[in-house]
Amino acid sequence: MKLTLHIWRQANSTAPGRMVKYEVDDVSEHMSFLEMLDVLNEKLTLKGEDPIAFDSDCREGICGTCGFMVNGVAHGPLPKTTVCQLHMRHFKDGDVLYLEPWRTRAFPVIKDLAVDRSALDRIVAAGGFVSIDTGAAPDANAIPVPKERAEISMDAAACIGCGACAAMCPNGSASLFTGAKITHLGVLPQGQPERNERALRMVAQATEEGLSYCSNHGECEAVCPKGITLEVIARMNRHYIKAEWVDRGQPAE
Amino acid sequence: MSAIAINRTTFFCRTPVAKKVVMAVTGVILFGYLIGHLAGNLLIYSGNPAAINRYAELLHASPPMLWTARIVLLVAVILHIIAAAQLWLLKRRARPVGYCRKEETGSNYASRTMIWSGPIIALFVIFHVLHLTAGKIVPLAMAGHEPDVYHSVIDGFRVPMISAFYILAMVLLCLHLYHGLWSMFQSVGVSHPRYTPLLKRFAATFAFILAIGFISIPVSVMIGIIR
Repeated sequence: MKLTLHIWRQANSTAPGRMVKYEVDDVSEHMSFLEMLDVLNEKLTLKGEDPIAFDSDCREGICGTCGFMVNGVAHGPLPKTTVCQLHMRHFKDGDVLYLEPWRTRAFPVIKDLAVDRSALDRIVAAGGFVSIDTGAAPDANAIPVPKERAEISMDAAACIGCGACAAMCPNGSASLFTGAKITHLGVLPQGQPERNERALRMVAQATEEGLSYCSNHGECEAVCPKGITLEVIARMNRHYIKAEWVDRGQPAE
Repeated sequence: MSAIAINRTTFFCRTPVAKKVVMAVTGVILFGYLIGHLAGNLLIYSGNPAAINRYAELLHASPPMLWTARIVLLVAVILHIIAAAQLWLLKRRARPVGYCRKEETGSNYASRTMIWSGPIIALFVIFHVLHLTAGKIVPLAMAGHEPDVYHSVIDGFRVPMISAFYILAMVLLCLHLYHGLWSMFQSVGVSHPRYTPLLKRFAATFAFILAIGFISIPVSVMIGIIR
């Protein structure tokens, strides 16, 4: 099939960018979206042009490295799918596609479709962990975890940190990400000692990064490749509000 | 854990989560007022002009109570507007470069237009107070020394532009509540996979009933059911 692509080209984080039109012939329906771009890049390289920069790693939908907007939808039109697992059979001959990088202040463009998502890493570093003593591994069943809790935690832990939620959010909020990380540890017995600190610090860090607020539109859950729902955002709010009430913070120096 | 220092005295006021809590709590207060207001208004259908006038007298019976209620509502409105404005500024800063193409999947018309329905409703409230409380738009009808609410409402709604603005504001109120009534629960952390869909349906139904209730009054005046 034949496609017309309009792709955001930007040489570096400070250069101005613009949409550039490319025609791609002989696209096979078996290709993934990224393989289609690989084919285009081969041609660009042979012509001596700069290939299109985009992030990818595992290409099997589990690492969270890839991602850009396809026709105004994060990761493209197929629900619960990363762009690397989006296959060209979902498009038809003659389609016109607009590819743009994630756009929020917290994710500056590095080049073309690649953005810097280290804001998400800093949110995790602020509280998305459980402190344990090193040494011998604890006995596997020493801490019982109720099945329902484990399920909620695992559903939230499915978050691969791709940033599609912040890219799609009309407000530019990564609440689905922050909520997933807070839920993932906050519902487990192992996560209880640091529960308040975690909620306070991760919400504070997200605010610091310029990621804005959740107004419950639900566009994030519509595009989340892992099907994480708004429930994690309610849980983030709940943990945060409770922490504000009960946590007295660090004693004064 | 020492990624960032948290100043606990100012911290809460700065986070978007807290601002959304303010939106939700003030929203509940204003919603509670709307229910009471509609219940009182519906007395106009009792067929006896004295019914709604007696109700109005009852509200004015105790000035301290009246002013307490007015101040609570005014503070709720002001906080609701301040929080909304701060959040809107956050949102504007969060995406300095916009998309060439952006679809709207998952959100709805009501959720996207909160920032427009809100200010228009606020303007309407000012107009509405000038109209039926202060009598600055259409002179209030009087029954002896007391204002005659029943006939003031009829005099007002016989002016097509006043009725039209009222109906428009109530349609926007319906949209505002359609999203706001369930969104407030989410903002204070209440969500459940089984009950939240029911809550959304309840919010939509309630928003619709409330708007129909309010809109029925100018419509009834214009088609002559109430005279």
